[in-house]
Amino acid sequence: MTRDVAVLGVGMHPWGKWGRGFVTYGVAAARAALADAGLGWRDVGSIVGADTVRGGYPGYVAGATFARALGWQGARVTSVYAACASGAQAVDTARAQILSGLADVVLVVGADAAPKGFFRPAGGDRPDDPDWLRFRVLGATNPAYFGLYARRRMAVHGDTLDDFAHVKVKNAALGALNPRARYRKAVTAEEVAASAVVADPLRLLDICATSDGGAALVLAGMEFARRHGAADPVRIRAVSTVSPRYPSTVLDLPDIATDSTAAGPAPAVPFRESIARAAYEEAGVGPGDLSLAEVYDLSTALELQWYEDLGLCAEGEAAKLLREGSTSLGGRIPVNTSGGLASFGEAVPAQALAQVCELTWQLRGDAGDRQVAGARVGIAANQGLFGHGSAVVALR
Amino acid sequence: MPRARTPVVAGWFSGDGNGFRLLGTRCSACTAVFFPREDGHCRNPRCPGGELAEVALSRRGRVWSYTDSRYRPPSPYVTNPELPWRPYALIAVELEAEGLVVLGQAVPGVTVADLAVGMEVEVVPGVLHEDAETTWTTWQWRPTGVKA
Repeated sequence: MTRDVAVLGVGMHPWGKWGRGFVTYGVAAARAALADAGLGWRDVGSIVGADTVRGGYPGYVAGATFARALGWQGARVTSVYAACASGAQAVDTARAQILSGLADVVLVVGADAAPKGFFRPAGGDRPDDPDWLRFRVLGATNPAYFGLYARRRMAVHGDTLDDFAHVKVKNAALGALNPRARYRKAVTAEEVAASAVVADPLRLLDICATSDGGAALVLAGMEFARRHGAADPVRIRAVSTVSPRYPSTVLDLPDIATDSTAAGPAPAVPFRESIARAAYEEAGVGPGDLSLAEVYDLSTALELQWYEDLGLCAEGEAAKLLREGSTSLGGRIPVNTSGGLASFGEAVPAQALAQVCELTWQLRGDAGDRQVAGARVGIAANQGLFGHGSAVVALR
Repeated sequence: MPRARTPVVAGWFSGDGNGFRLLGTRCSACTAVFFPREDGHCRNPRCPGGELAEVALSRRGRVWSYTDSRYRPPSPYVTNPELPWRPYALIAVELEAEGLVVLGQAVPGVTVADLAVGMEVEVVPGVLHEDAETTWTTWQWRPTGVKA
């Protein structure tokens, strides 16, 4: 029995700062995905929403919010929250429903309207919430954690600020080719170096912005896809949603400290690496089989970290891989052909779905000027606050 | 009337001067250490579950990494918006005996230019901010070569 699900349709509302509510973006993306699939909203048996946590209480009930905006039609409804990994968990939920026979066609939607400036925790005094505590006690913003990781790479692996800048140069060049990206302008290493330091050693152009945007997928069982006339659709073969293993020894957002190794050593495979391993294992592929990868470049330095965590190169070799051009379009394993978060900015619940949209366009051969020739297998990877791993393997 | 000195979080640190320590908890069964303190149940999945007792963490450790905050962090971090923003450094410190990394602010005056990965630092008492009635206290990291 196949464990694949078909990606019948994908859709996005362009990323930007549009000044409207997240429902607008989600509905636009959903309608685009349904049109792409050649299906109507009333053909959908289940809707899964990746939750936004902004905009007050209604924002928390994304699945139902989108269902209402599209017009109540009685579909099974689910809402999931896993911070940056929410989209992948929504895909995972949809896939489980399809493979278990609970639904033939599932619409997955994520959208966000991001506030200006640093992300901040929800209001009120909440000393039992680690996310509230790191702001209250340390003023540790997300870029502060990105700065810690970047400095650590410089000390341990010898990465340079110029290496980081060249990640931005690569991704900006790709984003300039993507009509759905927020930033569509080439950037030079000099421009990165001239931008203001936000969290040493990272500068403004090393760190992803926060954006408005929406993305949606129409997923279906392979048998339904065949009946619908999609003989050779893009398929999702693996979804990894693993959590860390104790003791987790890499300081992770929003924590103030790591686990302790006093009672036993750290696991041989650290958390981020384990996310990809689980996806590879389930899909029966390895890093050598990949045509492309979409990774969560919250910062330029983090993109380099992902190269190693995905096994695209050995530990400490990421800057070399970048410098060789292997991760550029036309290279051995292009990374973030969409332009990545560097070109989009983060729209949290939509971002992991946007990654799958890019994989789908690439695997169909519909990616236009940023097309990876002969793309057959792609992986999308990210990590959500609080210990949410996420990776999706799609193939054609 | 002098301001009351109140820890920004109760139970995370205590003591004065050289006696100042971060406080965690240690499991009596598996010896795992927790900071911030875990008072409910041991979180080691291989542990049958022991008693969690308060333990003072090592005073000194080595810099795992560091950064700074060039822009004013948002609420609930407390700052005076009428004063110009003065960046402070954040240091993640590896405590060898406990096998964990603890984040903290650097003492005022220490900048990222003064720091390096692997450098020895020690924990000292510090002030996070003051309001009309209260001096909110916290922990800070200071390179061991630097005098107060």
